[in-house]
Formats: sequence, structure tokens, C-alpha cells
Amino acid sequence: MSTGVTEKTQTTIGGIRRKFAPWNDPAAVPLIRYENVSKRFGEFTAVDNLSLDIYEREFFALLGPSGCGKTTLMRMLAGFEDPTEGRITLGGQDLVGMPPYKRQTNMMFQSYALFPHMSVWDNIAFGLKQDRMEKGSIAARVEEMLKLVKLEKFAKRKPHQLSGGQRQRVALARSLAKRPKVLLLDEPLGALDKKLREETQFELMDIQMQLGMTFLIVTHDQEEAMTVADRIAVMDHGKLIQVAPPAVIYEQPNSRYVADFVGDVNILEAKVEAIAPGNVSLYTSVGGGAKLSIAQNVEAKPGDTAFVAIRPEKVRVDLDPPAWQEANCLRGEVWDIGYLGDLSIYHVELEGGTRIKAAKPNLTRMVERPITWEDKVWVSWTPDSGVVLTR
Amino acid sequence: MRKGLSWFNTTSIALGFTFLYLPIVLLVIYSFNASRLVTVWAGFSTEWYWKLLQNDQLLEAAWVTLRVAFLSASVATVLGTLAAIALTRYGRFNGRMLFSGMVYAPLVMPEVITGLSLLLLFVAVNFDRGFWTITLAHITFTMCFVSVVVQSRLVTFDRSLEEAALDLGCPPLKTFFVVTLPIILPAVVSGWMLAFTLSLDDLVIASFTTGPGATTLPMRIYSQVRLGVTPEINAICTILIAIVTVVVVIASVITKRQEVARERAERLAAAG
Repeated sequence: MSTGVTEKTQTTIGGIRRKFAPWNDPAAVPLIRYENVSKRFGEFTAVDNLSLDIYEREFFALLGPSGCGKTTLMRMLAGFEDPTEGRITLGGQDLVGMPPYKRQTNMMFQSYALFPHMSVWDNIAFGLKQDRMEKGSIAARVEEMLKLVKLEKFAKRKPHQLSGGQRQRVALARSLAKRPKVLLLDEPLGALDKKLREETQFELMDIQMQLGMTFLIVTHDQEEAMTVADRIAVMDHGKLIQVAPPAVIYEQPNSRYVADFVGDVNILEAKVEAIAPGNVSLYTSVGGGAKLSIAQNVEAKPGDTAFVAIRPEKVRVDLDPPAWQEANCLRGEVWDIGYLGDLSIYHVELEGGTRIKAAKPNLTRMVERPITWEDKVWVSWTPDSGVVLTR
Repeated sequence: MRKGLSWFNTTSIALGFTFLYLPIVLLVIYSFNASRLVTVWAGFSTEWYWKLLQNDQLLEAAWVTLRVAFLSASVATVLGTLAAIALTRYGRFNGRMLFSGMVYAPLVMPEVITGLSLLLLFVAVNFDRGFWTITLAHITFTMCFVSVVVQSRLVTFDRSLEEAALDLGCPPLKTFFVVTLPIILPAVVSGWMLAFTLSLDDLVIASFTTGPGATTLPMRIYSQVRLGVTPEINAICTILIAIVTVVVVIASVITKRQEVARERAERLAAAG
């Protein structure tokens, strides 16, 4: 076991997550390994020659649009699908060909899949009974699970006598009861309303740390993935595009696809002009032409086409040209303002029609803003806030 | 705003119900007739019900019918349920079209043809005709009805329930018995009841496939009626009507109660 793992166990609930990064530790042994896994359904390739390592006690999120293969990837781990090619191991054991009822994984289904003819108690006890656990220990474990999800009073109810949020908790308790090596969560919060979903996300994180288990979650909701996960894998067309912690996915996306899928972003096409260690100079013809400078190491050569991605909250909007720099400044006109209360989103139209989004926090209580519709403005950003993408 | 029934609606309803139920009402009334003549009312009497109890032929026929119906409905329910599962679950297998066509053929096949072909089969394989041939024939023609009823339930069945059971360590066969079957049980039971009543009142197929010593109630009634309707026949038909009515009423009361209980529970859950 790596040192990173022990560090995480010391983290108190509600405290700041300490550094937990077994994926950076060459000595760490992954719990789950996908090795060159492909899955084809007839002509359709759901998962395409994919390799991925997931470590013990990690909260790992598979993120992507519907049809990207994330659910298939998870179902192969549960045993509901077998890979067409490749190998999947769990704790060193080859899983291919092993039926789902023999695997040490448990899944929480999107539809919850609670047995409608059984009470909450019997639903949670179901998996334990299959293991022929003795009655006393089953009762103890079920009580413990009910307490964990705060449903002690509902043990005798049938699933249809519960609200959506309560059903979700029963499903969670049922899938945790057997203490699986990995808990698989298939869009677990999709059916809940926004507020309940946010609360539940934090509860999921608490439970994961409390039990010290490995969680694998499938979601199409990027905020959910960012909130709960230690690492996120962004998928598209059966391939992994980027696998990294949430902050890296957001701040250093490796492609336009990731930058665009996770959060809001402005993307400008540009030509590489010069490359220095830790800096790239580019020129964009957008907005009448401007010099761009990004503090980053890039594998490219002068003359290559590249893309500069910049998040709206890192874009400044000023009435006067910013005197402090010459690069990363573009002229435009305020085309629209979206007032969200905490933020105002300025849509600035550059010459030629390209629009740049800039988010400004509303720090003071003011109804009239200094910058308003049709104002001529400058948008700018610092070299260390943009990212150069080559694909 | 609720309007009373219009003149037209009242007449339609009256005519419709008269058309449906007048013959049955007449039959019930005349079963209590004191006269031997079916068409002449001679006062109230339960004489024919007592006579019926002494009519061994009719009672024997009723007993055969019940045994055939019970046995054939039970076997047809098992086979029909299996067929329904195969047809809904295994999306595409070789011969799926052929199989589903063959399961449903008896639904549209004229009974005379089903009966005749079964008779030819039993003659060809030299099977002694009687109780067992009627039972086999009834299994054949009621199975498809069970299959239709169960299949319509399985189409809306959430497969992830079975996956959840497998995932929690329950092997496939056990999953079927502890998860799938309890959930589709109402459909299976109504399939059984449908098969039971179909077998109970079948005359055509039973006539073709019967042999000496196995006469079902519909066959006995039919042959007696050819010699003239006796009030005894009216009496046994009245009993049959009573049984069917009681069963139907019980079944619908149970479903209604479950529905009401379910709705109340859901309202409670929604209220928190």
C-alpha cells in the first residue's frame, strides 16, 4: 500500500482532503485495471482499446455525453457485459468470464432497482442473505446501513412508500451492505432535484471516506464529477480523452473537447509564432488580429495552428485599454449581459462577429453597472490564465 | 356540471344490457320453475337443484371438467410463461419469428381445425383418447393466451431489477424465483385464470379429442339439450354463473383494494 493511501485515511470528515495521489506513485498497485479493453455491439464500438488504472480508496468519475461508452465500461466491471477484447482485473484477479453474482463489486442502479415486493430491510439484507451470512450478523449489518443512510424509521416500508430521495438512500445502503471492493454508481443522483442532489453529493463523499471504499461513478453531469471525484476520466466515442484530478481537468485541459465539455470556455484559433521555455507567442486573426501570449510549455513549432482556451471568469472587461500588457487584449462591444445575481456574464462581440464570454462577480450592491450594453470595451487576460491546445 | 342521461343514452344502455343479460336472467328464473316444461312458469321451486345432486352423469362430467381445467391451466401457465420469457428476453435468436408465430397461431386458428388436427395426431400415434387427450389439447390451445398475458407484463419489467439481484450475488435461476416471478405473479395468475375458464367452457376441441369415459360438462349439457332443455340444465348453468360471478367479483375487489392501498401509500410517501 502506498503512503498516499494512509494519508487519506487520516483525513477527518469535513476537513480538507489531504494530498491523495497514488496515481503519481510508481510503486502503487492499482485495484482495477482495464488493459486494452474493447467492446463492440455488432458494428458499433462502445469502448475502443482502452486502458485505465483505478486505485484503492479512490473516488473515480467517468464523465462524458450519453453514448460515449462510460456506462458500458462500468457494466463490464460489474459483469453485465464481457469485453470483446482485452482484460479487466480487480485486485489482480482476472474478471473476464466471471458472472456478476461472483464478483466483489456492487452497483447502485440509475433506476435504483429496488425490489418492489420487499421491505427496505429485506432489500438491504438481500445481498447478505445470498452470502449465507448468519442471521445475527445480517441484522447487525442492516441496522448499521440504515443508520448510515439515516433511514432507521423506514425499515418496514416498501419502496413505493418512500420518496425519491429515500429510495436513493435505500439503493445506496443495499449496494454498500456487502462491503464490496468497488462500489459502482450509475448516474446515482440523476433523478433527484438540484438541491437534494448537491446535498447527496457531499454525503456520498463522506460515506466513501468513512468506509474507505473505492467508488466508481458514471455521470454526464460535470459539476457532479468535479464535486465528488478524486480523478475524472473524460470520455468520448469509447476513448479516454483525459484522466486527471478535477482541477487539472478544468485548468489544464488537454484538448478542445475536454475544455468545452467541462465548464464554460472561450476558444480562439491562432497561429504559433514563437516558442520559448515556459511561454508561447501566438497571433490570432480573430477580432481584427491580436497578439497572444500564454505561459505554458507546448509541443508545437512556429507556424502550427493551435487553439487558445480561456475560461470566462479569467477574462477581464475594461472600458480603457489595459496599460499593463500588450498581448491578450482584444477590442469589442458589449452585445449582451446575463445577470445571474452572484455573477454577471458579459458577452462581448469582437470585430468580425466572434463573441467572448466574461464572468464578473458582483462584489458590491449596485443596480447600475459601469459597463453596459453597446459599450466599447477591451477584453484581456493574463498569460498564466489561458491554455494552448493543439488538438 | 353533471347532466342527467339523455333519452338516447338511456335507451342505448337499456337495449344493450337487455341484449346481453335477458337470456341469462331467463335461464336463472326458469331454473327455479316448479314445472317440468321450460317455457311455462308454475311457481317457485328448488326441486331441480335437488334432482341435480342425484344426477350422477352431470356430476361426473363436472368433476372431469374441473380436473381437466385445473391440470391443463397449470401446465399451460408454466409453458406459456416460459415462452413469454424467451420471446421478450432473448432479442434475436434463430427462428424467433417462427417461434412467436407458432405460439400465437392457436389464437387465430379456428377451433374446429385445432380439434381436428389434434384428433388426427392422437389417432396417428395411437394414443388412447380420453381424459389425457382432452387435457393435452387444452394445454395446447390455452398456452398462447397465458403467453400473451405474461408477455405484456414482461415488456414493462425493469431488467435492472434482475441485474441488481445478480449483482448482489444471487444466481440466475434463484433470481427468477425470488425476484422475477413474485413481481410478474399477478400476470401469471390471471393467465392461469384465463386458461382455466377457457378450458372449462370448451366444447369443440373437447368433442374432437375425447374418448369413451371422459365427457366434459359442456359436452354433457350439449348432448342433453339436443334431447330437449330440462330444468336441470338451467340449474347447473345457474350454478356455473354464480361461481364465475363470485370469482370475478372477488378478483376485482382484490385488485381495487390493492390499488387504493398503493395510492394511499404513495400519497403518504410524497407528503414525507
